[in-house]
Amino acid sequence: MTPLLQVSHLVKEFRRGGWLRSGGTVRAVDDISFDVRPGETFGLVGESGCGKTTTGRCILRLIEPTSGQVIFKGTDLAALNAGDLRRARRDLQIVFQDPYSSLNPRMRAGAIVEEPLIIHRIGTREERKARVAELFGLVGLDPAQISKFPHEFSGGQRQRIGLARALALNPSLIIADEPVSALDVSVQAQVVNLLQDLQARLGLTYLFIAHDLRLVRQVCDRVAVMYRGRIVESAPANELFTNPAHAYTQTLLSAVPRVDPADRTERIPFAHEAYQPMALREVAPDHFAAI
Amino acid sequence: MNSTSDAPLLRVDRLRTVFTLPDGRDVAAADDVSLVVSAGETLGLVGESGSGKSVTALSILRLVMPPGRITQGEIIFDGRDLLTLDESELRAIRGRRIGFVFQEPMVALNPVYTIGQQIAETLTVHGLAHGRAARARAIEWLRAACVPDPERRAGEYPHQLSGGLRQRAMIALALCAEPSLVITDEPTTALDVTVQAEILDLLRELRASLGLALLLITHDLGVVAEMADRVAVMYGGRIVEEGPVADVFKTPAHPYTRGLLACLPGSADGRRLTAIAGTVPSLGQFPPGCAFAPRCVDRLPVCDTIPPGVTAPIGVESAGRSVRCYLHQPAAGGRG
Ligand SMILES: Nc1ncnc2c1ncn2[C@@H]1O[C@H](COP(=O)(O)OP(=O)(O)O)[C@@H](O)[C@H]1O
Ligand SMILES: Nc1ncnc2c1ncn2[C@@H]1O[C@H](COP(=O)(O)OP(=O)(O)O)[C@@H](O)[C@H]1O
Ligand code: SF4
Ligand SMILES: [Mg+2]
Ligand SMILES: [Mg+2]
Repeated sequence: MTPLLQVSHLVKEFRRGGWLRSGGTVRAVDDISFDVRPGETFGLVGESGCGKTTTGRCILRLIEPTSGQVIFKGTDLAALNAGDLRRARRDLQIVFQDPYSSLNPRMRAGAIVEEPLIIHRIGTREERKARVAELFGLVGLDPAQISKFPHEFSGGQRQRIGLARALALNPSLIIADEPVSALDVSVQAQVVNLLQDLQARLGLTYLFIAHDLRLVRQVCDRVAVMYRGRIVESAPANELFTNPAHAYTQTLLSAVPRVDPADRTERIPFAHEAYQPMALREVAPDHFAAI
Repeated sequence: MNSTSDAPLLRVDRLRTVFTLPDGRDVAAADDVSLVVSAGETLGLVGESGSGKSVTALSILRLVMPPGRITQGEIIFDGRDLLTLDESELRAIRGRRIGFVFQEPMVALNPVYTIGQQIAETLTVHGLAHGRAARARAIEWLRAACVPDPERRAGEYPHQLSGGLRQRAMIALALCAEPSLVITDEPTTALDVTVQAEILDLLRELRASLGLALLLITHDLGVVAEMADRVAVMYGGRIVEEGPVADVFKTPAHPYTRGLLACLPGSADGRRLTAIAGTVPSLGQFPPGCAFAPRCVDRLPVCDTIPPGVTAPIGVESAGRSVRCYLHQPAAGGRG
């Protein structure tokens, strides 16, 4: 199957310690490659600072990659000029982690959802209003709440607003950057179910960025584990969670607290100091590990 | 001052803490809360945000600020009712006999003092060590809390530390006076799983070596399952279920406990999660009957009348367990 998104040798370096200081650079994303297939949910997991958000932002070119290719539907996004990039972006959208800071507090919910339609000059005023009402319904928000401000909504509802906005332009790929991390488990379950319903209804593809391994296992088809800017292992979700091959993946899995005593395993420490980057190799069908 | 051997270290009895809302109403954020923590025991307190866990913790420490106040109940710690003590007596208990680690370390740690100064200051205030000895003990506590290179870290300010290190510094601060009870409010929520696992290991070790009792507040049921002896589940300001953690999680009696367990990833077959409908209302928006009624799949007509009282659960192993639900009160109109 042709991938919808192909990331190859993506690198992003940041200057260390603020401008003017000649502290060299940090490789936040260090030569990573992966494919996302149409209709699947591809998980990117790892602990804070490993480069997940930077990867998502480089794909969208919200920040400029240092090098590498991001091929979306056959086009290299990293090489597009501003106008072509703007058109391409309609098809690929992002939902952010923090439902508190990612929505403009001075805009009404309806205007937040409508904004992408205005930016891309889509529809008449009436058509846009109808589309916003439709989007509200799609994400399970009461259209009567269109003129409320973000602070009047709960965290889960705010994530729905962010999702309605992301869906406004009928994208095929959504990059969901920790979309439920800030929510209570009960509300998290509601939003995750909504994401899955929308995927089934609209044929969406997700790049699902998360640090909660339990959640990733539940929702993803395939998963890549990031550590210090690199992918250290990738595999179909079930395979990854039952046969983790990389020591770091094993460490992560062993650290997850389990409700059922029968699921508990011995904690496996990871020798961070001894870590050496290695190339990925196929250890089982579709299962790659940097070992 | 020592308690008799069979009296619990902490007994909270029918605590009620109210907040005066902007509209003038007094609404309870903790209501009829009773709980017991014995010496050396760990009690987990769980529930979604807005359930009243932090208000309960702050009430126990008498740290509730206006417009909040405690209007009812007893908080018996080591034989004395904390609600009858004056501020100077409380200061001798807070931080000395009861340590606390709050959710947001930047709130509990003073940004203008180094970590070492803050621990030394705590030791000095409680008369445990002074001057150079206090500074040396501060470093030892940082070492005990697994802070690497404690001599250097002691001289750093809170903002210079990573989240995991700040949390360890908080634990060192909470434990340095060797309290008999430590209250931790979401001590690992903002941390990565591997750091969380290290902090939990640390708490386990210190609990064993110091014989600490722990009131562990978290919304992560996995953390409670691994750490606690007993669990209290809170919703709408009330404890709705309580009992030995293994029994409660294996055969939850309250629909809310069942709902919380069911929404965990991995608990249902297939991709979908079993969500609890709706959200936690804000204070003052809870219904008059059972607070959980609008979200409850098992709701009965009687549930909308008055809040259910506490009974032993029916149909499950009930030793040491209690529940607040009409399903377990056939006489009151529940199914039983
Ligand atoms: N704008 C930036 N300037 C400098 N460093 C950055 C910037 N954004 C991210 N980083 C660094 O890049 C690394 C990866 O960050 P991020 O992609 O946010 O990780 P994650 O999302 O996995 O937590 C971190 O070390 C972070 O400090
Ligand atoms: N200072 C305050 N003023 C008004 N309401 C408060 C205050 N502190 C807490 N509350 C309310 O009390 C309820 C319980 O809060 P809290 O104990 O913080 O819940 P939890 O810790 O379980 O998330 C919430 O509805 C919260 O908004
Ligand atoms: S009392 Fe009624 S509404 Fe409340 S939890 Fe029990 S069954 Fe549900
Ligand atoms: Mg991130
Ligand atoms: Mg709290």
